[in-house]
Amino acid sequence: MEAFFEWFKWLYDDTGINLPFMYDSYDRGRMINGFFMTIKLSVLCLIFSIIIGMIGAWLQASPLKWTRRFVGGYIQLFRNTPPLVQLYFFYFAIGTMLPKVASDYGGEQPMLGGFAWAVISLSFFAGAFNVEIFRSGIEAVPNSTIEAAKALGFSRLQIYKDITLPLAFRVVLPALANNLVNLVKTTTLAYAIAVPEMLYEANQIWSDNVNVTEMMIFMLLAYFLLVGVLVWAMNRWERSLKIPGYGA
Amino acid sequence: MNKPEYKTDLPVMLPPKAGVNGSFDFNLKPWHGLFLLGICVLTSTAAYTQADPVKAPPFEVLLRWMPLLLKGFMFNLIISVSAMGIGTLVGAALGLGQISLHPWLRKVSWFVTQFFRNSPWLVLLFFAMFLLPFELKIGGYTIPLPDWLKAIIGLSLPVMANVSEIVRGAIASLPSGQWEAAESLAFTRTQVLWRIILPQCVKRMLPPWMNLYSILTMATVLASIVGVSEVMTLTGQALSAEDGRTDLLLPFYSFILFLFFIYCYPIARWTVYLEQKFAVKT
Repeated sequence: MEAFFEWFKWLYDDTGINLPFMYDSYDRGRMINGFFMTIKLSVLCLIFSIIIGMIGAWLQASPLKWTRRFVGGYIQLFRNTPPLVQLYFFYFAIGTMLPKVASDYGGEQPMLGGFAWAVISLSFFAGAFNVEIFRSGIEAVPNSTIEAAKALGFSRLQIYKDITLPLAFRVVLPALANNLVNLVKTTTLAYAIAVPEMLYEANQIWSDNVNVTEMMIFMLLAYFLLVGVLVWAMNRWERSLKIPGYGA
Repeated sequence: MNKPEYKTDLPVMLPPKAGVNGSFDFNLKPWHGLFLLGICVLTSTAAYTQADPVKAPPFEVLLRWMPLLLKGFMFNLIISVSAMGIGTLVGAALGLGQISLHPWLRKVSWFVTQFFRNSPWLVLLFFAMFLLPFELKIGGYTIPLPDWLKAIIGLSLPVMANVSEIVRGAIASLPSGQWEAAESLAFTRTQVLWRIILPQCVKRMLPPWMNLYSILTMATVLASIVGVSEVMTLTGQALSAEDGRTDLLLPFYSFILFLFFIYCYPIARWTVYLEQKFAVKT
């Protein structure tokens, strides 16, 4: 392993291609932390956005006009405003209005840090798309299938759990995968409020080592691979869930 | 005659219920955007009641800065329109490259498309910002590349890749009978593409293209991270010029949300309308 790292040192000395996160253990640690931060951010946002999507889709089927309007307003608001402004709005505008708590050092610190606000803001952003996705999925389940289940004496909950959801899930999976890819790409915005994710750490490294070109190309390749693996995995999952004769 | 009443809860015996699902008749009218402005005003006044009486009320401060912010927003729109123009031109060429008969051209176009589609917009923007030189020397001429021009180039890269996919998808979605019929009428491939396939594709491409434009408009704020003086940068500067008063943050950021909302929401509605209009009844 050491020899592998040394090779990059040699690469730098010989060709001038400087990749300090390969041979310098401190920079390597930063890069790895950044990578896991991106993963953590994506996974947390994914979970919360799916929860928001489910609740939203459920609320939107409500018979109350104003509940539906509220959910509709939420969707339109978050879909038609820039995610970066949303992030700033949450972090600066709402974040400063919350009470401060005592920090470990005796000083005062905001109740929620950058990471928490990034998770909240990005979850609401991705959730707005998920509501529509889930709603369309549930609507896509043929009525006759539900009627057939009713005729067989399934209860409402059973129909929802065993008939509607599994079928709807297959319909929404491509759109959900798309949204997930978008979410991973949107996590780079957390850079703006100094959450130490991959782009932020890369920025730190290129500021220290003045190797913008190498770091930029590495960043592009890293995200390309990350998203590529994700798309590939989701495609496989989609194929393995496929029911012959159902869906396109 | 009385209506028959069934004393059973067997689903089969129940009379059919009027469906709750079906048409989703919720329509957000443009004036709902005013709701946002309402929040903006309300929070300003609410914050004012807590603020020092010597300071100007937040709404007045916002009004004072509004011309500058609107100018910044116009700059955002200019960036979005130029990036869309460049991205559409290059992207259309790339999309046609993806269906080319030449295998290498096809592969390269496919790879370029996937590469720029799968990279985050912010990373691409950084890429263009830091790796493009600040001036170009062609022959004896020196062409300066200011920041905003680099931002346009950086934003047009992902647009290009997305347009390429839209073009490819639209062409693929046409029934193959169109190609076969045109071929049987002895059209050449170029003629088929330009006279028969592409005119039909325009209709299919328009809604996703508009959707992309609205996404791009929202992405123009990213340019603030790399220091282009658009609306977000100007907001930050305005806020620091007001001595970082925290009660100003909410109205200012709400105002920017409002600006983008009133610009992007009509586009989104129009897109939905066109989608429904062009939808093929099955």
